[in-house]
Amino acid sequence: MEAFLDVLLAVLGGAIRVGTPFLFVSLGECLTEKSGRINLGLEGVLVFSAMAGFGGAYLTGSPWLGVLVAGAGGALLALLHGLVCSLPRVNDIAMGIALMMLGAGLAFYLGKPLIQPQAPQIPSIALGGWSDSQAVQAALNVNALFPIGVLLALLMGWAFMNTRWGLLVRMVGDSSDAARALGTSVSGVRIAATTAGGFIAGLGGASLSLHYPGSWNEGLSSGQGLIAVALVIFARWSPVRCLGAALLFGGAGALGPALQSVGISGFYHLFNAVPYVLTLAILVWTCSPKRSLKGAPMELGVSR
Amino acid sequence: MLRQPWHDLAEAFLLPVLALAGALLLFGVFVWFGGHDPLEVWRLLFVGAFGDAFSWQNTLQRAAPLMLTALCVALPARAGLTVIGGEGALVLGGLACAGLPYLLPLPVGWPGTALLLLAAAVAGGLWISLAGALRQYRGVNETISSLLLGYIAIALFKHFVEGAMRDPASLNKPSTLPLEESLRIGGMFGYDVHWGLAFGVASCLAAALWLSLSTHGFAVRVVGGNARAARLVGLPTNRLIITACALGGAGAGLAGGIEVAAVHTSANASLIAGLGYAGILVSFVARHHPLAIIPVAILFGGFGAAGSLLQRRMGLPDASVQVLLGFAFVIILASEALRGRLLPFSLLPQRAPLPTAPRPA
Repeated sequence: MEAFLDVLLAVLGGAIRVGTPFLFVSLGECLTEKSGRINLGLEGVLVFSAMAGFGGAYLTGSPWLGVLVAGAGGALLALLHGLVCSLPRVNDIAMGIALMMLGAGLAFYLGKPLIQPQAPQIPSIALGGWSDSQAVQAALNVNALFPIGVLLALLMGWAFMNTRWGLLVRMVGDSSDAARALGTSVSGVRIAATTAGGFIAGLGGASLSLHYPGSWNEGLSSGQGLIAVALVIFARWSPVRCLGAALLFGGAGALGPALQSVGISGFYHLFNAVPYVLTLAILVWTCSPKRSLKGAPMELGVSR
Repeated sequence: MLRQPWHDLAEAFLLPVLALAGALLLFGVFVWFGGHDPLEVWRLLFVGAFGDAFSWQNTLQRAAPLMLTALCVALPARAGLTVIGGEGALVLGGLACAGLPYLLPLPVGWPGTALLLLAAAVAGGLWISLAGALRQYRGVNETISSLLLGYIAIALFKHFVEGAMRDPASLNKPSTLPLEESLRIGGMFGYDVHWGLAFGVASCLAAALWLSLSTHGFAVRVVGGNARAARLVGLPTNRLIITACALGGAGAGLAGGIEVAAVHTSANASLIAGLGYAGILVSFVARHHPLAIIPVAILFGGFGAAGSLLQRRMGLPDASVQVLLGFAFVIILASEALRGRLLPFSLLPQRAPLPTAPRPA
């Protein structure tokens, strides 16, 4: 029973700790996809921005400047994606794969000298102060980026419905013909949305290298950027539902280490694969060959 | 003026060559910013890849699995699918190859080796056809599902290699029991290059023949060109697509089996070296044409071989080849925009003049 509670607490804490990068990447992907383009390369963006954020924090000594650098790095790579995809006959899925390779390659190349040093970390917010249990306090030591992510999710959900910009992005994503008829530059809006999405995803990279696990190495990201793509489908393109989905996946990702800490280690690698299996199961469950998904932007290739 | 047929051919050759040249140029500028001499980097890239007999052998040895993993992208692509989970199929193929001796006693010599490679190909084929089936029957995007399946395959691989199948003698690096001496794949004609290269080339040739000469291969190309038209003429779309996925996956699985039987002699973490991901790039550069895959795989095998030389001689990080590949991939894709505009003649209107109908008097 004691062990079960420990695992439960660790999973709850892990949902926030592991889920924060998921939250940012899925919000970035959500914004990109709302404009009718898919960015599979957010995996590369995540790795690159994690490296950039770590380097920024290490060189300036301020974790928050590091966060900004991470966002800018992510935006830069995503801008490349947006620009190349606007050329005729360029497939956005193939470009995403290329960006994945390029982002990881650049990050490993430029990040070689950053593997040893320590960078200042993003502070934690102790939400567990009310309890005197050590385990509860540890579980509720929340990444300071997490509340920012929650606010951002709510803000994006509101903005898509209530602002001119939100409407513009949704229009471009749902019908490029309508947007063109109104004299809107479809490529322009998509490039802007992709770049902004890259910035948001970059904050997720900062959360990886500057909070948890909190260092830079080449195995830092293992598919979080891709899981986020599936996560957005699961959340049916709603930023607020992305929040719930990110927490769910964070919890699933925390299951393996949590079980290992109470001595169940025989299936360590299989438990680590739970998020992937969960994603696949959700895709199988929600997709159908007969109809496009409810809530999907009409211009999006992946849901057609 | 009608479009000349040789324009397409010349363009199909010139575009990737120019794109690769652009990538090399960009890579030179990139290392120059890092304070390295680009001329020396280019020279070492060439010397490390094709400079002497030793580097040629190294290059060809790396090219063999790339040919097979590239097929895992190319064949589904010809059927209209973007499958990028070759890494998973490769890893499972390696696991199946190393795992078969645990399950049944194998005949010594080449029949045993054939069984090992068959197991590897079947494992990879089943894994990728799963992605194809999910897409055809459940509408799940195959790019995402194949990649997720890849991560799941790697987790399964680690679970078995570090658990039930672990050789107790492998202390620092968990491995399966090494394959018996007689089951391993040796070098060709006394060189370091193993028979895997022959398998790679033969598979590419077979795939090219299948696609261009057989009715079945033609049907697959019809499905890839226009799935709706294929259904209208009554082609079994689902079956064709899943077959193409299975054949592609079998290629990647075979690559894993060959890597185990010829290079590592047991399944361990060295197998997870990104060969599946490099295969994606090879296939895209070759425009998913099996024959073109052979030279492209040799070229990229050469880059891989030169990577260690760059690391040793110039102190470049080991990821420098990955940066070069990333540049190459982005520029190759961007160069698609130039298709039909590269050669001066194709700038002219490509439509034949409309026939002037005789006016009724």
